[in-house]
Amino acid sequence: MSAITRDEVAHLARLSRLALADDELDHFAAQLDQIVGAVARVSEVAAGDIPPSSHALPLTNVFRPDEVRPGLTPEGALSGAPAVEEDRFRVPRILGEEA
Amino acid sequence: MSLIHQTAAELGRLVASREASAVEVAQAHLDRIAAVDGEINAFLHVEAESVLAQARAVDERLARGERLGPLAGVPVAHKDVFTTSDMPTTAGSKILEGWRPPYDATVTRRLREAGLVILGKTNLDEFAMGSSTENSAYGVTRNPWDRSRIPGGSSGGSSAAVSAYEAPLSTGTDTGGSIRQPAAVTGIVGMKPTYGGSSRYGLIAFASSLDTPGPFARNVLDAALLQEAFSGHDPLDSTSIDAAVPPLVEAARQADVAGLRVGVVKEFGGEGYQAGVLARFHEAVELLESLGAKVVEISCPSFAYALPAYYLIAPSECSSNLARFDAMRYGLRVGDDGTRSAEEVMALTRAAGFGPEVKRRIMLGTYALSSGYYDAYYGQAQKVRTLIMRDFEAAFHQVDVLVSPTTPTTAFPIGERADDPMAMYLADLCTIPSNLAGNAAISVPCGLADEDGLPVGLQIMAPVLGDDRCYRVGAAVEKAYESRWGGPLLAKAPAL
Repeated sequence: MSAITRDEVAHLARLSRLALADDELDHFAAQLDQIVGAVARVSEVAAGDIPPSSHALPLTNVFRPDEVRPGLTPEGALSGAPAVEEDRFRVPRILGEEA
Repeated sequence: MSLIHQTAAELGRLVASREASAVEVAQAHLDRIAAVDGEINAFLHVEAESVLAQARAVDERLARGERLGPLAGVPVAHKDVFTTSDMPTTAGSKILEGWRPPYDATVTRRLREAGLVILGKTNLDEFAMGSSTENSAYGVTRNPWDRSRIPGGSSGGSSAAVSAYEAPLSTGTDTGGSIRQPAAVTGIVGMKPTYGGSSRYGLIAFASSLDTPGPFARNVLDAALLQEAFSGHDPLDSTSIDAAVPPLVEAARQADVAGLRVGVVKEFGGEGYQAGVLARFHEAVELLESLGAKVVEISCPSFAYALPAYYLIAPSECSSNLARFDAMRYGLRVGDDGTRSAEEVMALTRAAGFGPEVKRRIMLGTYALSSGYYDAYYGQAQKVRTLIMRDFEAAFHQVDVLVSPTTPTTAFPIGERADDPMAMYLADLCTIPSNLAGNAAISVPCGLADEDGLPVGLQIMAPVLGDDRCYRVGAAVEKAYESRWGGPLLAKAPAL
């Protein structure tokens, strides 16, 4: 298994939407390399024909009757929002300037 | 005996019979919190007025002749990872500082319906990721046995509150050992119910296929009473089991192991285990034999790979679950100066709002789920999970319960493993298999290690929906130890 480089951590941070500082990248690169090295031990297990389990218990889809039930009010849903405008979540721009 | 030293069962009886009011009981615990929590830091939030109002409401309901459950009027400390509509909910993270959820978790709602009085919210490792409560954004919690040591984690505020007599009961969540390990290192009882036996609705998600709410208490019966109070099917949680809760309180009262088959897990012990922990564990096995249990050794070869499999599966699920903290709908927002894009604000907010362990796990999970690595890491870990489930299945064909030490060591010093993730992860070595397999497991005190005089926990594992066996065996062990020790282990803790 390949070791985790600083560049790889920078890539993972971008994918994870984490704006990490340079010193954090160095620190995490060393730690993640150590952790990945340790967890890679799962590859020692001969499990070629073993089915994977995403859950411990068998899961089936659960449905409820399609009936109107009380839910959050607009005030409740917006009560923790960092910014609100006209009963909506106000967010920073999503599209580029030219869009 | 003062109110704070009573059992939850006894407090419930005193309140129901009107020998003590719920307000008196609540006030005694508020006084205790005021006296000792400056030293312990178990609580992130306590609002005395709201506590007393809850207690008054219970007294009024009883005065009107309403019949409430056995824990009506009993105080409970609530892990700050369950949403509470009337108290802040932070998950120990800066990203949720000051957040007031618009709804109650199902566990919260059931505590209220049973008449329990919620004293406040307890400290935890950020988003329940950790084994020491050092990862909280709101300071460390200290172990009442030795304040230079950790109270376990992630539910360390809840274990410390109960072991410091600030609350007779508390809630926790157990994803890899976060109830059983803190209970073991603070000398109290902690139970991880069967996955799906207690609702995750309103529990801030860490790893959804593993997260399990459960109780802490100073004795086995009290833990059973609390678990019964908040358990049962919940239509709001799609993984909630639609089946009757096993008779937990009855099992705790039964407290006998005659004829029961007990398996000692061969793979747990040896290198990396503290001698004093192993000595107490071996004594516990002898005790079970002396009480009439049939003890055999059981091999679960895949358990050796449980820790690496867990540290692929849990971070993978966490990296997905924590994507919801996007600075848009609730929680912290950093850097929104009108020029930055949503994506830039998101990345700045998450970097400022999450602590190092959460960042590590999000990136580790992102790595394990990346194309090119998925099969070798996450996919392989899921196969190992299947093998661990098969080991349990085979074991429970031969025995009724499995036993092991709860943790390889006693409480370690604060700071010792804080920047050494792999050393920290080893604290959950014995507890993780039951999370991967979803079965029930409890930790009960089994004495003090000779080296350091700190508590050791005995873990009792039972099959899926065999929660009652944990309580039956745990209560039998507790009864035998209490007669040997002349009282509970916690009575040996230094006074605060």
